[in-house]
Amino acid sequence: MKCHRLVDAGRRQFLRGGGVAAVGAAAAATVGAQAEAATPLARVAYPATRLANIADLAVNEPMDIAYPDAGSPGVLIKLGTAVPGGVGPDGDVVAYSVLCPHKGWQLQYNAADRTLNCPGHWSRFDCEAGGLQVFGHATQNLPQFTLRVDETGDIHADGADELIYGRLSNVLG
Amino acid sequence: MAYKRHIDRLPIIPANARVHNVTCHYCIVGCGYKAYTWPMNAQGGTAPGENWAGVDLSRTQGQETDAWYAPSMYNVVKQDGRDVHLVIKPDRDCVVNSGLGSVRGARMAENRRSDVTGTQQQRLTDPLVWRYGTWQPTSWDDALDLVARVTARVIEQDDEDDLFVSMFDHGGSAGGYENTWGTGKLYFGSMKVKHCRIHNRPAYNSEVHSSRDMGVDELNYAYEDYGLTDTIMLVGANSLETQTNLFLNHMVPGMRGGAKVIVVDPRRTVTVNACEEAAGADNVLHLAINSGTDLALFNALLTEIADKGWIDRDFIAASTIQGGVAVAQDEAHPAALGGYDAALAAVRLSLDEASAICGVPAADIAKAAAWIAEPKDGARRKCVTAYEKGIIWGNDNYRTVGALVNLGLATGNIGREGGGVCRLGGHQEGYYRPGDGHVGRPAPYIDQLIIAGRGKVHHNWATDHYKTTLNASAFKREYNRRTNMVKEAMDARPGATREEMVDAIVGALNAGGLFSVHVDIIHTQNAQAAHVILPAVEAGEMNLTSMNGERRLRLTEKYMDGPGQAMPDCLIAARLANHLERVLREAGRTAYADQFKGYDWATEEDAFMDGYHQGNPAVTYDRLRAMRTNGVQEPVVGFENGALVGTKRLYTDGRFTRHGREDGKALFALSAWRGLQAPGKAQQKASYAYLINNGRSNLNWQNWFLDQKNDFAIDRFPFPYLQINPQDMAELGLKAGDLVEIYNDVGATQAMVWPEPTARPKETFMLFGAPSGTQGNVINAGTNELVLPNYKQTWADIRKIADAPRSVAHLSFKSQEYDLG
Repeated sequence: MKCHRLVDAGRRQFLRGGGVAAVGAAAAATVGAQAEAATPLARVAYPATRLANIADLAVNEPMDIAYPDAGSPGVLIKLGTAVPGGVGPDGDVVAYSVLCPHKGWQLQYNAADRTLNCPGHWSRFDCEAGGLQVFGHATQNLPQFTLRVDETGDIHADGADELIYGRLSNVLG
Repeated sequence: MAYKRHIDRLPIIPANARVHNVTCHYCIVGCGYKAYTWPMNAQGGTAPGENWAGVDLSRTQGQETDAWYAPSMYNVVKQDGRDVHLVIKPDRDCVVNSGLGSVRGARMAENRRSDVTGTQQQRLTDPLVWRYGTWQPTSWDDALDLVARVTARVIEQDDEDDLFVSMFDHGGSAGGYENTWGTGKLYFGSMKVKHCRIHNRPAYNSEVHSSRDMGVDELNYAYEDYGLTDTIMLVGANSLETQTNLFLNHMVPGMRGGAKVIVVDPRRTVTVNACEEAAGADNVLHLAINSGTDLALFNALLTEIADKGWIDRDFIAASTIQGGVAVAQDEAHPAALGGYDAALAAVRLSLDEASAICGVPAADIAKAAAWIAEPKDGARRKCVTAYEKGIIWGNDNYRTVGALVNLGLATGNIGREGGGVCRLGGHQEGYYRPGDGHVGRPAPYIDQLIIAGRGKVHHNWATDHYKTTLNASAFKREYNRRTNMVKEAMDARPGATREEMVDAIVGALNAGGLFSVHVDIIHTQNAQAAHVILPAVEAGEMNLTSMNGERRLRLTEKYMDGPGQAMPDCLIAARLANHLERVLREAGRTAYADQFKGYDWATEEDAFMDGYHQGNPAVTYDRLRAMRTNGVQEPVVGFENGALVGTKRLYTDGRFTRHGREDGKALFALSAWRGLQAPGKAQQKASYAYLINNGRSNLNWQNWFLDQKNDFAIDRFPFPYLQINPQDMAELGLKAGDLVEIYNDVGATQAMVWPEPTARPKETFMLFGAPSGTQGNVINAGTNELVLPNYKQTWADIRKIADAPRSVAHLSFKSQEYDLG
């Protein structure tokens, strides 16, 4: 299991740096020291999509977005305090899918404690903790969209770290 | 950062995938799932004709779709020796869960052992024998020969008291009718082992003796009763977390249909919050009583209902015993049992008296009584009552459960639509064994006997006492010491022949040692002390039958191979019996050897046919398979038109059964309140500042044993949490995530601090059963008269031992309650 932990730690370290692409694929396929015939679940190629400009965001006022395509609703939030995975000059801008990974109900934002809440079965996810499921029935934490801010302040999404509800490939086709 | 799998696409189930019926093997609810398997080098496509769902998967699917599965529902496993894709997803056609998956069951696939994806490498693959100072893999014959020879040295045909046995009595997991029969036939048929205990309690007893003595089987309703009732009463139960899809798929529709809810719990759980969301806060009454005072509450409710004239006189006259005491209070009956009038006289307690004891307003108790029994629109009010560990593992088990059943009987709410007084349950059920009358009642308190040096050989079937028993500090200390004596004796004879080694072991046993044999799917904490470890399989790696909390019997079909040499428990028991027969015969103990005949089972189906089928001849694997994930509700009464015919709810004819009485009349319990009943509890309460209430969480329920190696689960709760009021935290100098030691007169353990504003001052709640902090370490040995443990009423002091470790830095301590702000 040592190997497992190393891979795991490596992934988290990498995430803190803001990238996800290759390391994630390795983690999905090669956990465990006794793997016989690894069958990598190759990750899909994501579109780079402009979501908004930093100037469009007000603190704690979520903006509706869609990513990777129009059929995948999400939310873009400037939280006001820096968080892990946050981007922008204040390290506080994050984006999540708003489809509950349990049964696909649309999550609703609670500005008071910065959580996304599911009216279907009362799951809730912490926007300040990478979409950690605070309580609930989903078997994964909330898919977070990886963001990049360019020199003009435009915010682009270019990836997701969990499978989005309702699709067996994050990028359809 | 929160744990993420970084899996963003999954193989598609092809249209021709094999489909297997699966009942989730973790908790009592038993949600229906389907397991799909298909060859490694094939997969379905997005076109409707190319996938199992027959839909266009190039488009996103909508809310509640059946055409999606999460990464946790996928794995690669061995089937008939070949790697195959596996998806286990909730079954929309199962009436139990209607397609809902819980955070536990929907990770079944991920929690299968896989040599390809590396999951669950902790699963045992080979028999292990203590050799050369560690555990060495070996063959079944080698390991079982050693177990049989040592066991045969300490048992006699008429005295098996030196053999101690811990064994599961449940369904699901590695239990079920096959495996309870295999172990039961060995220990209660071939042998008459008296020194035995069940997985979660220190004796071989019932958790609901009083309900059964009163004539009421504890699982007497149907889940649909929650949708047919006027009032749902939940006692000592946190069903959103621990019977999740029973709550979501049956209780919530009942609430949305107008049912009121009474929740009896000292703690404001997420269940209370969810009930308020579903029913509206005005229709939810949370009676946050003082810990351990349920009995006083129930007695006051009966008094109030009686005084208001809301009892069901016709039902009492027709279906319950008339007159005074019918069963006297004695060593085996912690309360007398008898007629309604005698019981009411014995338990009578005013609203004000109960208010003073329970710490809730008298008006709230009166309101609860009205919600339970006040006629509605001129008709009898229907009330379904469900209870679980809050009272089962709480103060004065016998009387408290009895007092709750009293309410159901007095109001005619058992055996009728929208009624029932039922335990909710932990594991599923699956008990079929020869009679256990020889064990006696009260049953021997096994843990205390082991601590006192009794017993020489311990066979432990799938129980981890180190994590889940009470008085665990003392138990571990003595168990380690006694088993170490044997390890040292074995280590002192390297290269010995089998005969020499058995002599060395028996020498250590006669000096006070204990020979420890563990049968399990993983190497447990308890099995760190073992000398022989035997690898078992669980549901899905074998065909396995169980019934759920509404007695719904299903067959989980084998969809994958077990790890390595692992076998079903029933076959391990059979092979052990074969070896015992051989060893005894070799020793010339022919008559005793003959008792171990009758184990020529080759498959788990053989064990099923030898056991359960004998008592229920209509039931076969083929017939259960045809009933898919809906199965049939027990008792099965026939087979008609190609389907098994079951029983929706018990006692619809008003005749009661469990007590063995010919008259079929139920009895009431004369269950007067008598304070904190178990020895040592009142003293502990007086000596220590904090109540250490305890229980399970949504994530960590009947699945800890696998989840201790599941990244998603362990990332969320790396340590057991201790929910504690922020004011108490300030007094103790604690911050969120700090590690604390919890200590009292019987032991100590550790937990992670979780600020919980809804926790009452000086009343904490600790997660039970965690691998990294055994709550049972601080539970004292005192039990009720029938050796039912009292976990819930525990008091201790708290001190900080470490700042929040890095492994908890990413956690969220925000409220778990649904809230839109």
